[in-house]
Amino acid sequence: MNPNSPARTDINQAAPALSLAGVSFSYGRRRALDEVGFDVMAGRISMLLGPNGAGKTTLFSLICRLLPLGTGKIAIAGRPVTAGPEVLRSLSIVFQQPTIDPDMTVRQNLLYYGALRGLSPSEGRQRLDEELARLDMSERAGDRVRSLNGGHRRRVEIARALMDNPRVMLLDEPTVGLDVPTRRTLVSYLHDLAAARGMAILWGTHLIDEVAPEDDIVILSEGRVVATGNRHDIVAAVGAADLDEAFRLLTHNGKEPPP
Amino acid sequence: MKAVDAARAFAGITRRELLRFLQQRGRLIAALVRPLLWLAVFAAGFRAVLGVSIIPPYQTYIPYEVYIAPGLIGMIQLFNGMQSSLSMVYDRELGSMRLLLTAPLPRWFLLVARLAASTIVSVIQVYAFLAIAALMGVRFSAAGYVAVLPALVVAGVMLGALGLLLSSFIRQLENFAGVMNFVIFPAFFLSSALYPLWKLREASDLLYWISALNPFTQAVELIRFSLYLRLNPAAFGWSLLALVVFIVASVIAYDPRRGIAGRQTGG
Repeated sequence: MNPNSPARTDINQAAPALSLAGVSFSYGRRRALDEVGFDVMAGRISMLLGPNGAGKTTLFSLICRLLPLGTGKIAIAGRPVTAGPEVLRSLSIVFQQPTIDPDMTVRQNLLYYGALRGLSPSEGRQRLDEELARLDMSERAGDRVRSLNGGHRRRVEIARALMDNPRVMLLDEPTVGLDVPTRRTLVSYLHDLAAARGMAILWGTHLIDEVAPEDDIVILSEGRVVATGNRHDIVAAVGAADLDEAFRLLTHNGKEPPP
Repeated sequence: MKAVDAARAFAGITRRELLRFLQQRGRLIAALVRPLLWLAVFAAGFRAVLGVSIIPPYQTYIPYEVYIAPGLIGMIQLFNGMQSSLSMVYDRELGSMRLLLTAPLPRWFLLVARLAASTIVSVIQVYAFLAIAALMGVRFSAAGYVAVLPALVVAGVMLGALGLLLSSFIRQLENFAGVMNFVIFPAFFLSSALYPLWKLREASDLLYWISALNPFTQAVELIRFSLYLRLNPAAFGWSLLALVVFIVASVIAYDPRRGIAGRQTGG
């Protein structure tokens, strides 16, 4: 898998590609997010670590406008998400739950996405060929998604998310249900990708081993940001032996209390 | 929203609906067999019982098969509208609704595009039905086949919007069968699809009024008159009003949270 592609030149490296400030959200009376704020820079991966139920999916739903933002500010490439659906043009999402249509072929699924994103059919075909080739999936383009295994489906979703060259990519537990070798391959591919294309990636996970040494880390617990920084800073601040222990100390042993 | 982006998205959504329709052969066959069965069996059996008097738009006595043909067209569109609401629920469970709703286009546009795509599918089914009905001897004038198209669009969008509205109130696929029974059958039987309303009035004033106010009756009458190159202003007005009410209500009622909160497993 080769993530290389001409680097983007139009990105201001100093301004965050994705920024969140004071974001709060409640489902009825249950508070899911409380004053969440952090930035994700172009060309970097921010790992959003949190146990199940910490609020990661809610946060992603707010960023991609599936949930209405009440309190706080979220900006994608400098534009607030409240400005309208146009801001989503710079954003791609790989949801935790697969969103590909199992009854359509890989190519049909990708062309459908391209059309939703404003690509012409010829642009769509060209882009899907490129992205599938990088993920070694060209030969499966004509196959029904139903016939693919979990790892290949994930690759299709990642290829799809890259079709319109997003500046920001959200990955919500993208490796759930995958075996260890497939996980490793995807993790390293996505890390290379962020650097090669100057893309900002926000990656939600509860698996510490997906964090690379150079990643920025945001730890979410019970809807609050309890730590930000790189691996070294967080481990040192908590006085833990490693990130695994720091994560457990910061998040009540990696388990959220029942809501 | 740029026009070219909107047009591309609409083309993509329509292509997907058509692909799905063509891939589900059972759905295609069921969509045609159901009304044809009514036409071939029910109409033949009941033509003697339910003689139809001369009422507009007819100018002469007509066989019962000819009377119920517009009602069966309405039935195709009603089923298609409910089917598209079923696939809306299915998409929500599958997650592909989230993909649609995170496209960089206004939500109302995406929902209306989805509705329009499903209407195109229903119009194709109607013409396939009309072609087979013609082989069975139920024919209209050549101009009638053209004139009915706008009526099919209005009726298709209206019934599709009703389906979309219902899909907002269905939490899971399992609840859908009940809706089919409580919506499709009453809408069909309490309408002018199978018998003129004056006949129903002979039996019960209440049933007459329910049927007269039923938007499905208005859609059927709109289709019936159009087939004879006549506009029924009341049916057109009521169908259009129902269309607007259903679309606005369904866009307002559409809550993507149902798809997120219901199935959320991660953080």
